[in-house]
Amino acid sequence: MAMSNNSIQKILIVAFALCIVCSVIVSAAAVALRPQQQFNQEADRKTNILQVADLYQPGEPINEQFEKVTPRAVDLRSGEYTDEVNPANYDGFSAARDPAQSRTLSGERDIAGLSRQENYSVVYLVGDPQNPEKIILPIRGQGLWGLMRGYLALSGDGNTIEGITFYSHSETPGLGGEVDNPRWKSQWDGKQVYADGELGEGKPDITLVKGGASGETEVDALSGATLTSKGVTNLVQFWLGEDGFGKYLAKFRDSSEGA
Amino acid sequence: MSAATPKGVLLTPLFKNNPIALQILGICSALAVTSSMSVSLVMALAVIAVTAFSNLFVSLIRNHIPSAIRIIVQMTIIASLVIVVDQVLKAYAYEMSKQLSVFVGLIITNCIVMGRAEGFAMQNGPALSFLDGIGNGLGYGLILMVVSFFRELLGSGSVFGFSVLAPVQDGGWYVPNGLMLLPPSAFFVIGLIIWVLRSVNPEQVEENQFQMKENSQPKEAV
Repeated sequence: MAMSNNSIQKILIVAFALCIVCSVIVSAAAVALRPQQQFNQEADRKTNILQVADLYQPGEPINEQFEKVTPRAVDLRSGEYTDEVNPANYDGFSAARDPAQSRTLSGERDIAGLSRQENYSVVYLVGDPQNPEKIILPIRGQGLWGLMRGYLALSGDGNTIEGITFYSHSETPGLGGEVDNPRWKSQWDGKQVYADGELGEGKPDITLVKGGASGETEVDALSGATLTSKGVTNLVQFWLGEDGFGKYLAKFRDSSEGA
Repeated sequence: MSAATPKGVLLTPLFKNNPIALQILGICSALAVTSSMSVSLVMALAVIAVTAFSNLFVSLIRNHIPSAIRIIVQMTIIASLVIVVDQVLKAYAYEMSKQLSVFVGLIITNCIVMGRAEGFAMQNGPALSFLDGIGNGLGYGLILMVVSFFRELLGSGSVFGFSVLAPVQDGGWYVPNGLMLLPPSAFFVIGLIIWVLRSVNPEQVEENQFQMKENSQPKEAV
């Protein structure tokens, strides 16, 4: 061998060559597998939407099942449906980072810790889109360690909760991480966003409480996870409130109250 | 190790020189992923793949690795392989990769992989090193499967997700032992396995390195 293994040149050559080879392998793997991974993530998201609406049947093709729900884009500022964006491929999460498609939230209004909020969001309707049985809303907000993203299902009256799910979060396993525990999630069924007789007045009433929930607007907090519970309360109140889907849901509440 | 034979490097890590039971390496991932058998199986396969290929590649370039940066070179190879394995899992076993979450990435820090690269692959040829990697991965996987068998059976009453002892929640008779689903139970099970292995092979019992002196005065302990 011409060069000693420990000469400076040899060290530099080996280090450099190794870096090139390894980075090519890693990036080739990442690029080649990305379509399949995105398909999985998309399928996982759809599964979550179906699960929160109690429609999911394991083993059947997810895209066929997903035809049972109708995605519609909603303008969060007015609460009206909009055709500005295509609900099938609109990504509210990345839109929130684009100044042209989002607005800043400041101080007290930003209880969910989002700092920016998209102008449009996509809701998923179960049943007749004019008069849906269930409305599935995307929700997200800060937990203790990071952003929690999930879905909340409401019944057609816009006030009764049918289910909640978080498909991505980074809370402490066993404590805050119990946000995806089926037993905890099941107690959301049938809870009311606004208490009786206060429909649409002020902030939504639904809250997580420590030490035994009583009443139809209270849900048991996660034990040992005060900050995660607070985050869940805040994000649910935010997305159901005035800056979230409040204006949109008001229409459903009004029509069911009149009936 | 003198005169390593293909059969020897493949089989000794299973019982005689098991990475978990004898060398006590890779314990923390063994605690974390063994609450269900299918997850453990995927983890074991991932570790087998990483140890085998990192050994192979380290061994292939072992004559060109400057000793000054050899640890970093091994680490880079291992880390790249782990990322590739992680990407493959995300693409073809999405549910599993969600359950394994960070533990696939943490294979990088698994002492077994690094230990075999440094301890075996740096001195031996590619083919033997590859087999040694598979052998040690298998030794790790074997313990993982045994531990997860007991944890899943006693903790959830099932084996590979199929209900064996019908648990009370589903109207059966078996009251699942919740402790078995928590990481400490893996300590107990691994401890018992080490006990059994060392009773069968008494030569595995280590010399007592630290002899405690007897109390000179009986009252000292009171």
